[in-house]
Amino acid sequence: MLREFMILSRGGQGGVTASRILATAAAVEGRWAQAMPEFGAERRGAIVRSYLRVSEEPIRRRSAVREPEGVAVFSRRIIEITDVNKLAPPPVPLLLNSEKGVVLGERRVFYVDATGIALKLGLLVAGWPLVNTAMAAAMAKTFNIASLESVKKAMGDYFRGKTLEANLAAAELAWESVRGL
Amino acid sequence: MKKKILMGSHAVAEAVKLARVDVISAYPITPQTVIVERLAEMVERGELKSRYVRVESEHSALAVVYGASAGGSRVFTATSSHGLLYMYEMLWWVTNSRLPVVMAVATRAIGPPWNIHTDHNDALTIRDAGWIIGFAESVQEAFDMTLQAYKIGEDKRVLLPVMIALDGFILSHTSEPVLVPEEEEVADWLPPREPLPFKVEPGKPFAVGNLGPDNVTMELRWNAWKAAERAKRVIEEVSAQYEKRFVTGTSSGLVERYETEGAKYLAISIGAWSGDVKEAVDALREEGYDVGLARIRYVRPFPREELRDLLSSVRAAVVLDRSVSMGHMGILGSEVRAVSERTPVKNVIAGIGGVDVSYKDFISILRGFVEEYEAGLSGEWSVAEWYMPWVTER
Amino acid sequence: MGMRYVPSDLEGEANKDLEDLRNKLLSRPSPGASGPTGSWRLFRPEVSAAKCVKCGICWLYCPEDVIAWTQRELPRIDYTYCKGCGVCASVCPTKAIEMVVEGE
Repeated sequence: MLREFMILSRGGQGGVTASRILATAAAVEGRWAQAMPEFGAERRGAIVRSYLRVSEEPIRRRSAVREPEGVAVFSRRIIEITDVNKLAPPPVPLLLNSEKGVVLGERRVFYVDATGIALKLGLLVAGWPLVNTAMAAAMAKTFNIASLESVKKAMGDYFRGKTLEANLAAAELAWESVRGL
Repeated sequence: MKKKILMGSHAVAEAVKLARVDVISAYPITPQTVIVERLAEMVERGELKSRYVRVESEHSALAVVYGASAGGSRVFTATSSHGLLYMYEMLWWVTNSRLPVVMAVATRAIGPPWNIHTDHNDALTIRDAGWIIGFAESVQEAFDMTLQAYKIGEDKRVLLPVMIALDGFILSHTSEPVLVPEEEEVADWLPPREPLPFKVEPGKPFAVGNLGPDNVTMELRWNAWKAAERAKRVIEEVSAQYEKRFVTGTSSGLVERYETEGAKYLAISIGAWSGDVKEAVDALREEGYDVGLARIRYVRPFPREELRDLLSSVRAAVVLDRSVSMGHMGILGSEVRAVSERTPVKNVIAGIGGVDVSYKDFISILRGFVEEYEAGLSGEWSVAEWYMPWVTER
Repeated sequence: MGMRYVPSDLEGEANKDLEDLRNKLLSRPSPGASGPTGSWRLFRPEVSAAKCVKCGICWLYCPEDVIAWTQRELPRIDYTYCKGCGVCASVCPTKAIEMVVEGE
C-alpha cells in the first residue's frame, strides 16, 4: 500500500532532510520510499513543503502529495501563516514541534519539543536549532513509518562523528517524549 | 551492487564518478547546481580524479569540455533552462566536431516570469542541435542513462554528444532507492575512452573546424546524420547489455511499452510524470478502457519506426506535452504526429512552468481523449489542447 | 475539458492579452513584495543603546533595506519585514546588535 505524508518546515530547518532520513529508514526495512521537496522560493526562512512516500512496491507517482495521511509541522508559527487545514484537512493527524499540544480542528494532534531537544544537545546550524532529526524520529513513531533503530541507522547516511552522536541522541529523546493530545 | 537512497542530482554525480571522467566544467544554475556541487566535493575529497574547471558562463563551460574532449578526455557538464540556451552556439560545435560530450540537464521552465520548476521546453528546444537526447523517468533511470551515455556517445559507430534530461526538482531533488554497481564492475563494462585517432595534443598543432568548402560542410552533416541513425541500434544494444549485467530494473531501448499489448488507445509521454500516467493507465483499464502508454526514452534519435508500429495498431493516440512551440503545437505532439500514418493524434499541453499534474489529472485527460474519439470528435484534434483546469475561460 | 484557441474577436482578445501582461508579468517595487517576511524570522536582531555608536554600517549592509538610520538616533529595524538573517549583527563593529530567539 502506498502511504503519503507531508512536512511543513522553513527553509534551513531541515524538513527535506527529515523526509530523506525517513525514506532511508523505510529502505533499511526493505520497503520502497521517495522523499520529495517542493520549493517555492529557495530562501532561508520561507515555508518549504516536503513529501514522503513509502510503499511495499516501487513508487511511480511523482506528482505532489495532495492527500497526506499525516502531516508534520516544524514550527508553531507555520500554523499561523499557512492554512494547514487546507493543505492537510482534518481528520489528518498532525505532529507539531511544540512544548505543548494545540487544538487544530477535529483531528489528533501530537507534539514534541524538537526545538528544546536541539538546544539541549547543542544542535545548531548557523544559529538555528536543527530540529529535523528529532522530528523525523517523532514522525516515524507517530505515523508508524519505521522503527527507531531504522531511523538511527538511516541517520548514519546523513551525519558523521560528533554531529551524528548528537542527532542520534535527539532521535531517541524525541521518540521517547512525543505525546498525543 | 549497493542500494542507496539518492536524490536525482546525486545519482547523476555518482554515475559520472563511476564513469571516471577526466574533465568537468560547469556554471551553477538551479535546479542543476546540486549535480556539479556534489562532483566538486568528490574532486576536492580526492574520491574522483578529475580536473574541475570553474568558468564564468555556460557557454564557456561547454567550450572547456569541448576542448578537453577534442584532446581525448572523457568529460561532463550540466545545466538547466537559461544556461542551456546560453550554450546554444557551442552545442552545435560539439556535434559538428563529433565529440562525445555528456551533459545532464535538470529541466526547468524558461522565463519570464522567473521560474525554477520543470517543464521540457529547455531540453526540447535543442532538438535540432544534433545531440542524442534522453529523458529519464526515475532517479534510477537518470543514473543508468548517464552511465550509458558514455558508452553510447563514445562508440565509434556514433561519436555524438549525449544529453540526459531529468525533470528539475521532481527528479533532481527527489530521493529514491538507486542500485549502484561497484566501481570494478563499471570499469570492466565501461573501459576508458578511446580517443579519436586525431586528438588535439600540445606540440602537434592542427585546427578543428577551419573554414571549409560548402560541399564539405554538407558531406560532414550527412555523416553525422548517418551516425544519429546508427545511434538507435547502439542505444538498444548498450541499454540491453547494461540491464542484463546490472539488473537495475529500468527499461532499455528507445521506447518503453506499458500495457500496449492489445491496447486500443495509446498515450505517449516523456520524463518523470510518466509514472503518474502509468497509474492513470491502470485506472482506465479498470474502467474498461484499453489504454496503453508508450514512454519515449530518447527524443533524438527519434523512435520513428517503433512509434509508427505502435500507432498503427491503435485507434487513436494522445501525446502529453510539457513543452510548446508557439504558432503550432506541443513539440512532442508535432514529432509524433509526423510519424503517424493514419491514426489520429490528439495533443494535450499541460504542466507548463512546473504546474503539478497528477495521476488524477491524467485519468481525466485520458478519459476525455477516449470519450472524444468514441464520440467521433477526433476531427477537432488538429489544434492542440491546453489542460488548465483552474482557468474558466472558454 | 481542455482549452482550444481559435481566434475570433481579434481586437477584444488583444486587449485582454495586454491587460494580462500588465497584471501577471509586471511587478512594482513595494515593501514586502513577498508578504510580511518578518514571519520567517527565528532570531530577532536587537540593538543595544549602550553599545551602538550610530555608525550606520548595519544600515549599509542590511540586504533587505529594513534598517532606518540617521547619525543622531539608534538604527530602527522594521520587524514586519526583517527576516532575521543576522548580517547586521555580524558586521556591527561594536557588537551592539544581538540575535535573540524569536518568541513562538
